Amino acid sequence: MNQDRFDYILHLADNALITGHRLSEWTGHGPSVEQDIAMSNIALDLVGQSRNLYQYAASMKEGATEDTLAYLRDAREFKNLLIAETGNGDWAKTITRLFFFSAYQSCLYEHMRSLRDEMLRAIAEKSLKEVTYHVRWSGDWVIRLGDGTPESRSRMEKAIDALWPLTGEMFEPAPYEKALIPSQLAVDVAALKQEWMHKITGVLDNAGCRLPAPGSWMQSGGKTGIHTEALGLLLAEMQFLQRAYPGCNW
Amino acid sequence: MNIVPTDNMIERIRGLLEQVPDPEIPVLSVMDLGIVRDISIKDNRVEISITPTYSGCPAMDAIALQIRLELVSHGFTEVTIRSALTPAWTTDWMSDAGKEKLLQYGIAPPAGPVKNRVALSELSPPCPHCGATGTTLLSEFGSTACKALFRCTACGEPFDYFKCH
Repeated sequence: MNQDRFDYILHLADNALITGHRLSEWTGHGPSVEQDIAMSNIALDLVGQSRNLYQYAASMKEGATEDTLAYLRDAREFKNLLIAETGNGDWAKTITRLFFFSAYQSCLYEHMRSLRDEMLRAIAEKSLKEVTYHVRWSGDWVIRLGDGTPESRSRMEKAIDALWPLTGEMFEPAPYEKALIPSQLAVDVAALKQEWMHKITGVLDNAGCRLPAPGSWMQSGGKTGIHTEALGLLLAEMQFLQRAYPGCNW
Repeated sequence: MNIVPTDNMIERIRGLLEQVPDPEIPVLSVMDLGIVRDISIKDNRVEISITPTYSGCPAMDAIALQIRLELVSHGFTEVTIRSALTPAWTTDWMSDAGKEKLLQYGIAPPAGPVKNRVALSELSPPCPHCGATGTTLLSEFGSTACKALFRCTACGEPFDYFKCH
């Protein structure tokens, strides 16, 4: 087994699962039934994407299954971006996170379609169709909130300020990515930044929102397993059943 | 049963799969939906390749199980079901009969081929209940990921629209 490829696929899978799990926390709590359903549907798309990726990773490692990878690893072994695990906060923060993350996934999957890895190409092709909806839906909400009432506007600004420092690591290749980029087995995320900025600034301009000044502090660590407290609490809930009743299924 | 790879045998299996409903939209068979990508026979074993509509479609496991049950109950005991992600499923693969069944069931079928797709907010699919064309989008996401929610301004009824995907 090539450890770098395994780690890279886990990183992609963890991003989708952890973001999907966070969004699923809105199920039954959305501000209206339509938004509740939208959030649950997007969560389902992401958990589905993570399943495809975990199954692929599991095929590379003896004894691993999609379930052992999702439910039996500890926080230090997860390689998701910090922005995925951060708490939902209010609707504005959830929407802003989804928008930043979906725009990133959209750039990433677009480039993943030309990697020299047939399975990743297939997963990217499939996922990209779904992510296109996520970008548009969350982008519409960014505009609605930013260009809404003074209250919604101030919440959007707070959300952007809180999340911005977590966007830097999206474009910092981890060691396992650096090892794979020359052989076109991983996307060079550093090259996605301009494209991503272009995607988000168009929407933020329409929303009347501004980004923090360039060069502001960025926090990284998630991609190499250095997480915030938020991930441990999330895993405690998400993994509870498999930890308490090992191997249970229904 | 000796399963020989002839056109007749494949046709027979295809006929059986036409009896396997989608668990979410039971008027559609898996053949109508266009998710069966390949049927083949090798060494007395039937191989079926299916593709998910959406990555997170929760019905896929149930569909694979139902296909297996249908085939086993008709004597095809050795069955392999594979999931194929590529090429990615599109509503263009839905049969015309399937689209008609959707309409009768109260779900507006996808409007035209994917290459001519317009934004949902600009779309006004005819109401499957009264046929009026004045309909408005309520939500890009309906009761499942593959559908959006519309409302008819003539009869006032909300309805699902199967998204062009």
